[in-house]
Amino acid sequence: MSKIRVLVGTKKGAFILTADGQRKTWKVSGPHFAGWEIYHVKGSLADPNRIYASQTSGWFGQIIQRSDDGGRTWNTPGSSPEELKSPEGFPKGESNKFVYDGKAGTHKWYDGTQHPWEFKRVWHIEPSLTNPDTAYAGVEDAAIFKTTDGGKTWQELPGLRGAKGHLWQPGAGGMAVHTILLDPKNAKRIYVAISAGGCFRTDDGGKTWKPITRGLKSQFELPDPDAEVGHCVHRIALHPSRPDVLFMQKHWDVLRTDNAGERWTEVSGNLPTDFGFPIDVHAHEPETIFVVPIKSDSEHYPPDGKLRVYRSKTGGNEWEPLTKGLPQKDCYVNVLRDAMAVDTLDKCGIYFGTTGGQVYCSANGGNSWNAIVRDLPAVYSVEVQTL
Amino acid sequence: MIRVVLPFHLRNLARVNGEVLLEVAAPVTVCSVLDTLEARYPVLRGTLRDHDTLKRRPYVRFFACKEDLSLEPPDAPLPEEIVNGAEPFLIVGAMAGG
Repeated sequence: MSKIRVLVGTKKGAFILTADGQRKTWKVSGPHFAGWEIYHVKGSLADPNRIYASQTSGWFGQIIQRSDDGGRTWNTPGSSPEELKSPEGFPKGESNKFVYDGKAGTHKWYDGTQHPWEFKRVWHIEPSLTNPDTAYAGVEDAAIFKTTDGGKTWQELPGLRGAKGHLWQPGAGGMAVHTILLDPKNAKRIYVAISAGGCFRTDDGGKTWKPITRGLKSQFELPDPDAEVGHCVHRIALHPSRPDVLFMQKHWDVLRTDNAGERWTEVSGNLPTDFGFPIDVHAHEPETIFVVPIKSDSEHYPPDGKLRVYRSKTGGNEWEPLTKGLPQKDCYVNVLRDAMAVDTLDKCGIYFGTTGGQVYCSANGGNSWNAIVRDLPAVYSVEVQTL
Repeated sequence: MIRVVLPFHLRNLARVNGEVLLEVAAPVTVCSVLDTLEARYPVLRGTLRDHDTLKRRPYVRFFACKEDLSLEPPDAPLPEEIVNGAEPFLIVGAMAGG
C-alpha cells in the first residue's frame, strides 16, 4: 500500500501530513521549528527519507534543517549527534552560510540607483533527482546556490546573476529565486524563475544562464512590455516526461512553451482572471494543468469570494472550474506560488495550501476536494512525497 | 564564568536550557563573548551576526546591567558585573512592534 507524505511550510512552523493511498484519514505532525517561518520543505526523490527545510526569521536569519528519517528528527546539516562526535570535533556551522560568490555587485534599486546584493533567506530548496546530498537553493536577493555535501556548505552559481542581474529590480514582495526545475532528461539543464526578474535557463549545469522570456508581455508592470528581464514570473512547472514543455503563471497571464522557453504563448483562454500564483501539472496527463485564479494584484483573493481551482485538460486555453468541496462563498484566502503539488498515485492527487491555513487534497485529479487541515498558520509551501 | 541568556528560539536551536555558562578569556567584550558562544554552539553562527562582516543582525539586541549595549563598539569591555558573573549578558530578539 502506498503512503503519502505532505510537507507543509507555514508562517509559524512546518507540518507533516501523512495518509495511506486512500488519502482519507490523515495524521498531522508538527509544528516542527515552532514559531519560525518555514518557506519550503522538500524531500529527495533519490532518498525519500532525506528532507530539507528552509527555516528563517526576521530576527535570527536563515537556518537549513535536514532530516534523514522522513521528518521524525531534524538537524542542521553537519550537527547530528553522530557528526558532533566525529574526530574533527565540532562542525564549522556553515550550513546557513550563503555568501555571494566573489564581489557581490549590485542590482537595480527602487530609486533607480544600484544597490548591493544582500542575502535575506532561502525561498526554495530543490534536491537533485539522483543524489540526496546535492541540492539547489533559490534565495532572496535572487541567486541560486548548490550543496554537494547534504547542506553542510553552499556555493553560489554566480552565472545566474550574470544574466543581466544589474537590471533586476525587487518588487514589493522581494526579489527571490522561488522556482527551480531540474530537467530529468538532461542533467545539465535547469530552469529558474525570479519574481520581478523573469525566467532563466542553463544548459551547462549552472555555469551560464540566459533569459527565456520571448513571448512574455507585461504591459502593466514594465515600461517595455517585451523586456528581456524584469517580468514577474510567479511560477513555472513541467511534466517529467516532457521537460521541454513548460507552463507558467505570470503576474498576469498563464503561458506555455513547447521549446524549453525559447518562445512563450499565452493560454489564459477563458479563465475568469489570469492573475495568480501556483501552477502545476497532473502526474499522468502532461496536458492537464491546474491554476488558482486570484482576482487581481491589488486584491489577492479569489473572485467573488469563491475558491476555485481551474483545470485545463488541453494544455491551456480551455479551462473548467473545480469547486466541489471548496468554499463557494465568503472565502478571501490566497494560494501562494509554492503551495501546490501533486502526488504520483494512479489516481493523481492534487494538493494546495492557503494563507488561511487550510490544506486541501483532491484524490481524484481535482474533481472533488477535502480539507486535510483547516487551521494551520498561513501556508507558504506544499510538497508531496509518494512513498 | 560569563552567564549568557539566549532568546527562546536560539535556546531551541542550540538545544540548551536556561543560561549558558562560558569561560571567556580577558578582555571580556561583546565580540569575545559571541566568539566563545559560537565556538561552543556553531549552529548559532549567522543568527546573531552576519557571517562575513560579523555585524550584529538588525533585530538582535545585547542588554547588560539594565543598559542596551547593542550600539557600543563590539570590542568595548563589558561591565565588571558581567565579567564576574553577578549579572547575565542578555541576548534579546528586538520587539516586533505592530
